[in-house]
Amino acid sequence: MSLAERAEGDPAATIAARELSKAFGGVQALRSASFAARRGEVHALVGENGAGKSTLIKILGGRLHADSGNVLLDGNAVRLGGPADAARRGIGTVFQELTLLPWMSVAENLLIGREPRSALGLIRRNALAGEAEAVLAGLGIHHIDPRALASEVSLAERQIVEVARVIVRQPRILLLDEPTSSLVEREVEWLFARIRELRARGTAIVFTSHRWNEITSVADRITIFRNGAEVGTFDAIDEDEAVTLMTGRRVEALYPPLPPVPSPAAPALQLEEAGVGDGGTVSLSVAAGEILGVGGLAGQGHRELFLGLFGAPPLARATIRIGGEPIVITCPADAIHAGLGIALVPEDRKTEGLLLPLSVRTNLTLPILAQLSRLGVIRGGAEARMSREIIDSLGIRTPNAAQPVGALSGGNQQKVLIGRWLLAQSRILLLYDVTRGVDIATKHEVYELMMRLARQGRAILFYSSDTEELTHLCHRVLVLSRGRIVAEFAPPALTAEAVVAAAIREPHAA
Amino acid sequence: MPPDAAATLAARPQRRPRAAHVLGQNIGLVLAAAILLASAVVFTLMFVIQQQRLPGSFEITSTVNNTMPLAVAAIGQTVVVLTRGIDLSVGGVIDLTNALAAIFLAGSPLHMIVVSILVVLVGAGAGLVNGLLVGLGRLQPIVVTLATLSIFQGLAIRVLPQPGGSVPAGYTNLLVNPDAPTALIFLAVAILGWMALRRSRLGVELFAVGNDEAAAVALGVNALRTKIVAYSIAGALYAVAGLFLAANATSGDATTGNSYTLTSIVAVVLGGVSLFGGRGSAIGAICGAFITTMIVNILFYAHINPLYQAFYEGLFLVVAVVLGSLIGNLLRRRG
Repeated sequence: MSLAERAEGDPAATIAARELSKAFGGVQALRSASFAARRGEVHALVGENGAGKSTLIKILGGRLHADSGNVLLDGNAVRLGGPADAARRGIGTVFQELTLLPWMSVAENLLIGREPRSALGLIRRNALAGEAEAVLAGLGIHHIDPRALASEVSLAERQIVEVARVIVRQPRILLLDEPTSSLVEREVEWLFARIRELRARGTAIVFTSHRWNEITSVADRITIFRNGAEVGTFDAIDEDEAVTLMTGRRVEALYPPLPPVPSPAAPALQLEEAGVGDGGTVSLSVAAGEILGVGGLAGQGHRELFLGLFGAPPLARATIRIGGEPIVITCPADAIHAGLGIALVPEDRKTEGLLLPLSVRTNLTLPILAQLSRLGVIRGGAEARMSREIIDSLGIRTPNAAQPVGALSGGNQQKVLIGRWLLAQSRILLLYDVTRGVDIATKHEVYELMMRLARQGRAILFYSSDTEELTHLCHRVLVLSRGRIVAEFAPPALTAEAVVAAAIREPHAA
Repeated sequence: MPPDAAATLAARPQRRPRAAHVLGQNIGLVLAAAILLASAVVFTLMFVIQQQRLPGSFEITSTVNNTMPLAVAAIGQTVVVLTRGIDLSVGGVIDLTNALAAIFLAGSPLHMIVVSILVVLVGAGAGLVNGLLVGLGRLQPIVVTLATLSIFQGLAIRVLPQPGGSVPAGYTNLLVNPDAPTALIFLAVAILGWMALRRSRLGVELFAVGNDEAAAVALGVNALRTKIVAYSIAGALYAVAGLFLAANATSGDATTGNSYTLTSIVAVVLGGVSLFGGRGSAIGAICGAFITTMIVNILFYAHINPLYQAFYEGLFLVVAVVLGSLIGNLLRRRG
């Protein structure tokens, strides 16, 4: 491993960023970041979500302007007037969010701006599909119908068309932001074959990916980003080292220690004979101060169980006891107001939990507006104070409480959701895959928050698609398969291997 | 440069036939033409039953002449709607240009040509104002054009406080000849113009902006310029509609254009142009304009009290749109 010289000093650089900074609202996406790529190299850009990779690509691709710093082409500072200007200078970019026009055909999308024209200068619409077919075939793509609308082809096909559109323009600098995220292995091979061809022709290729094996299979050099700036550029680096540099933390320090369950354990939530699909039933009991994990393969009834406990929609045939008292839950309002208060934090924050255009404060206080209101008028002072306390105590990173939730990062949105239920005094928390799509630093904060909630005596039912999380964060783990609990583990038997083995075992095998 | 086999993505066994794509991607236009045909058939049947003869040159000519202002206005509305906008100022621009035409047209042939061009430029200028407010001001089209609708209406009243003015007979005969449906020539020109636009860079950009503005910008489309041009073209077309209206009435009225705000949107919807932008055809909108005229004709021969006309028009619109959406969904699922 050798740390290359400061990027801006690289005399061989075809494209370089010199001390770029960029802020969105109160969030600093890039902090004096520098980067350089040479002709004829494949340069991987790696880092956590929110490390600034996409922002850097957008600036280099002409889609955003930096607040300060320069973009250099062949050593000269340039001001990119926009994506079209960048394209004229030989920079081709495949942005992370796809830019195909949904109601136009694959051919129109592929050839936009370079359509075949008649002597009068008019586009020969009848010739579009044939030309597109030829262009795609030249790149080894035979399975995509150029006459289909972009919205009619699969996500992977759209991704491929997007890449094809950029590379047929023969850029000398190719920027690819997460080009493989929706591709299967065979398609990734296709993409990498094209990348290697372009490299051989002297193109400078910059790409981002979260899949380490892809990075090592095609990248000549790797630059690691953390927190809006480069950490270093390497010819080779092993994964553990890279993860440490990306997160600023060693992997084993990620999980905080579990607090002990108070004894004697007081059952907070008891569930008997709940039907969650495939004709099976689930019974379980969570004590105050306990984190009970639920693991298993996707689609085995987890979602039905978690949503059902929240009454959205209610569980079939279930007996639910809260603090020992039987209750009936038919809708979320029942769950929120039940004895100790049940709260659900779903994985899909955007559609199931938060009102994105509304402020952090409103999102926090929504369920307790009745308590905060006098004769239907909200007491602004009390609302502001209570939301301030939650923002501070959970470390929600937002410029102020009036910020729309949609402007926060995924992890911070998740904290707002949890904070909402703390304000509502919920004693039973249902956390459903809450760390999905959240970067490692924020994950760590969410883990610490879970421990704090457990120490306060809250009962937590926790589902995660990441088995490592379950084994490190739970007192016990149940494995759900086809709507039934097929195994239960507690330390020391609680290991990721054991949970996975139980999840994939055939339920009726001898 | 044939890439090596491992790096080739194999052919899919079968593809939808080309005709299926053409039908599926123009379903709005096909439905509009079908509705137009059906309403023409219904009208003809009613006419034959009551008049004991087929509709002749007079009926065809008056249908064409009465539809021309709406057909032209609907093309303008289409251009705006394609960018995912909407233009409520149609009525105001037609009022204003209609009033200007009635006052200033009378004169020599050269004078009439010059005045016509100036009136069209006034319409384009009105559209430019809309485009600048929507584009530069980043304001919502519905709010901007609602406001400018009132402004243009106010200006029209100022220009022509009382119905009046006069349009020379020669001008009327040229635009809306009462003896033969020669106005169809103008319609043919409009359709050719649309087909050229569809095959131009501007046309591609109009559709691109309406499909996904952010994506279009990432592709190097100047969305601001495209929108300003779209509203300006639309304004010019509304002015042409105002001229046709003046020619048809042979005099001016500063309120006669008001109804075109709603009817132009009705025509666009019936014509299969998506109000979400990026999909549709001016040819469909022209069909939509003729459908609305046909509905009026049918109501007339059905002896519906004119006071209930709006009621039945609205009813028909709802039925047509719901049916169209159902059929469209059905075909899409089949395809």
